Amino acid sequence: MDSYADLVAAEDVLLFVNAAITSTGQREFRDDADEQRMSLDFLHAYMLGNYRDLYAGVLALDINDHNAVLIVRRLLETAGEAGADQRRREGRLIAARLAALPPQRVYGLFDALRRAGVNNRRTRAIVRDWLVCRKDLAFDAVKYRSGLKRVLRHAHLTPSNAPEELGTFLFAPHSRPRYSAPLLETWRRAHYEKGALYELPYTAAEGFAARHGIPREVFLERMAPRLTRLETLRLQESARARGATAVRSDLAGMPLTRLAAYVLSLPLEDRLRRRAELTRALETAAGRVAGAHRGTWGKVTAVLDDSFSSFGSAHKRRRPLAVALACHHLLAALAGDYTALWTSGRTDALLAYPYGPTPLGRRILDALETGPARLVIVSDGWDNAPPGLAGEVLRIWRTRLDPGRRTGVVHLNPVYDAAGFDVRRLSATVPTAGIRDAEDLPALVELAQFAEGRTGLAELTAYMDSRAALMTAGHDREGAR
Amino acid sequence: MSTPLDLTGLAARPAQVWGAVRLVPLVRDEPIGDLRLHAELYGDDTAGLVEVGPRRACLSYVPHGFVATWTRDGTPAAAYGTQLCADRDQVPAATMGLRFHRRTARRQAKDRLRFLPLHLSLEGYLALHSGGPTIAWEEWSHRAVSQGLSPRAEEAYAGNEVRGLADALRVFEIHPGQCGVMVYVADALAAAFAVPHPDDYRALHATLLQDLYGELIHHYATLVLPVPDFRARIADSRIGSLDDLRGAAGEQEEAWARFHDTTMAAGLLGHAYTWQNVYRMGRFTLARFRPPFRPKEENHIGEAITDDSGRIAYLKSFRLSEGQVRRGHLLDRLAAHDWHLPATAADLGIETAQLGLRLEAAGFAFLLRQDVLDGYRKRARTGTG
Repeated sequence: MDSYADLVAAEDVLLFVNAAITSTGQREFRDDADEQRMSLDFLHAYMLGNYRDLYAGVLALDINDHNAVLIVRRLLETAGEAGADQRRREGRLIAARLAALPPQRVYGLFDALRRAGVNNRRTRAIVRDWLVCRKDLAFDAVKYRSGLKRVLRHAHLTPSNAPEELGTFLFAPHSRPRYSAPLLETWRRAHYEKGALYELPYTAAEGFAARHGIPREVFLERMAPRLTRLETLRLQESARARGATAVRSDLAGMPLTRLAAYVLSLPLEDRLRRRAELTRALETAAGRVAGAHRGTWGKVTAVLDDSFSSFGSAHKRRRPLAVALACHHLLAALAGDYTALWTSGRTDALLAYPYGPTPLGRRILDALETGPARLVIVSDGWDNAPPGLAGEVLRIWRTRLDPGRRTGVVHLNPVYDAAGFDVRRLSATVPTAGIRDAEDLPALVELAQFAEGRTGLAELTAYMDSRAALMTAGHDREGAR
Repeated sequence: MSTPLDLTGLAARPAQVWGAVRLVPLVRDEPIGDLRLHAELYGDDTAGLVEVGPRRACLSYVPHGFVATWTRDGTPAAAYGTQLCADRDQVPAATMGLRFHRRTARRQAKDRLRFLPLHLSLEGYLALHSGGPTIAWEEWSHRAVSQGLSPRAEEAYAGNEVRGLADALRVFEIHPGQCGVMVYVADALAAAFAVPHPDDYRALHATLLQDLYGELIHHYATLVLPVPDFRARIADSRIGSLDDLRGAAGEQEEAWARFHDTTMAAGLLGHAYTWQNVYRMGRFTLARFRPPFRPKEENHIGEAITDDSGRIAYLKSFRLSEGQVRRGHLLDRLAAHDWHLPATAADLGIETAQLGLRLEAAGFAFLLRQDVLDGYRKRARTGTG
């Protein structure tokens, strides 16, 4: 039997995980960026002060990169407060998580540590190990030039895998007539030779193109083969508007939620015209995520929020709606028999756009009428037409109409509510989990059972330990190769 | 004529709350297609001169104007771009950063009328018995008899000074078919706004921020804590199936609409108003209305466009503050008794001197002859009155 303190701990951890999955410190539909950041800062300080082990363990879960960086930073800043065992465990978790983060985030983190004046032995070791694992430091020196420069200067490091000219390249670039590393030499030539810049990474080449006064459409056209997958997806529409047709992303290979966000960014006419292509891409991406679980979830009904608030904010444009659309396709792949109900009452998912109020209560009633084995609700939890009806419907369904739990109900919320320090819940009888990428949906449904209060801290700790073991083992295998 | 405000055709939907602001959407089953409104923005210089008669102008805050377009045969009228409505016969005074509006309601073309929202109603309120005493009783000053009340000034706050209103309007989720909204601040009705068509509403939703709000509303918004939601509550003892649950949910929605119309909006809807027609356009009439000025109660002034069957196509109201109600009430009572002070005082159940001091407190001291007012003051001081 769990003690009261254990229950509180389990609840706090889940609340923090929800926040760490959803909040990115950016503006949301209802909160501004400062409110989000302040609220998140408090949660981080609270977790670090009270549950240091669990706080570090959260690194192994599907939290977003913004919060992963914040956790690593706070752990390193307070390294002196940890015992020897704790430090060893944290070190392994941090190394594994850093390896999974995009490099620009890691350089940003190192820079934040520099500004905070953190330069303990452990931090330097972590920086060194991460740099040694980088595949090509010459590439980093070109693409993340200032980041790499600052971290080397701060940590006084000479990575063993660095090319011998790296120091000169970073700190006195024009003192050499030529470089032997091809990418460094290209960078040197790009200063005066237009042709050379097309062999550089896109972000570095962009600056040179501006310096040489190359028209944007010419630059994009010739740059197309060097663009990364996500750069292509991001630039595709603006390139097309300028007439650079070479920038074409292969939609089939895109991650599901990114793809959904891309589809929603298109005007309705384009979506109509490219319906077959877009639907196929979304279905392929969803099928890839579902993998072996395809068609195993039985009869599933989803209530998806496309109310006006699913617009998100200018910073997270249509993010909640993109998550809902991605979940729609993923659930369709996972389910044997699937029904989707949008709050606006529209039925064509591809043409979704944020509009109208949120009559969640009514839609949940409609959903329960289909007699599903699982009911998944994707919404920001602001039920307002009328307010509180969704909670009442779910409560009465649980307590009176379905006490035997024939239907599993889970609420997934893509928006962090700064004032409540958690994602907004619909009802105490239904578990709510934060969601950032639809790809995490199966894991989240697993995590949500802890939120229902049926399992305690022991199970939660065991679950987090198993996730941590999985992540560090994966990292060690990578390192050994 | 004196009739109550009738919101038939506009149904209240569940409110959305943000801080101290509660917004109640009004939804039309059947939009009005042959009258359309759109905003005309006057740019940065929001001080405007409104010419109300030959050689007379009043200075007022004019954030934006509305343009009404109507068709005679009932065909839907397309909304014009706002720039088409630029006033061609502007007086060169515009170079001084001021703008002349010829009259508060002015025909722009054969089927277009431009008017300044809330201006009509405020003008109606300010011009209330503006002629001054009709009979030159000896107590009235020379100025009161010869010039009347004009000019009078009233203060109001722009919507973006009302705390929380901007955020509340930003996060509000517009209902399909929504043609209006009731704005409550700290659960006091601040304004009612209705337009003919949902498209107009979507375009004009943000103009609520540029409207005028009374002093009372501004104070409430600054001082009051967030108001709670009226959350749906269903007693689970009588629910045996999903159909029961659906029925109970429907009852909740009806109960809210009933509660709103009979309780929350009672101060606006439950009283008879004095109507004054301003302009007739096709089958529509632009009119302003005035309350009977009941002291210590809710009083709204406003303007409305009604169609030939009396249905409201456009509505905008303004809640008067306590001081404004008191002033309106005094003027109304005085006018009812032909500006005879003792008769009015007797009607109000007070002494003449007390009425004199009340006029002074309401800011009408200049209406009374100085020596008469001094006499009233002395009587009040010595307690002989």
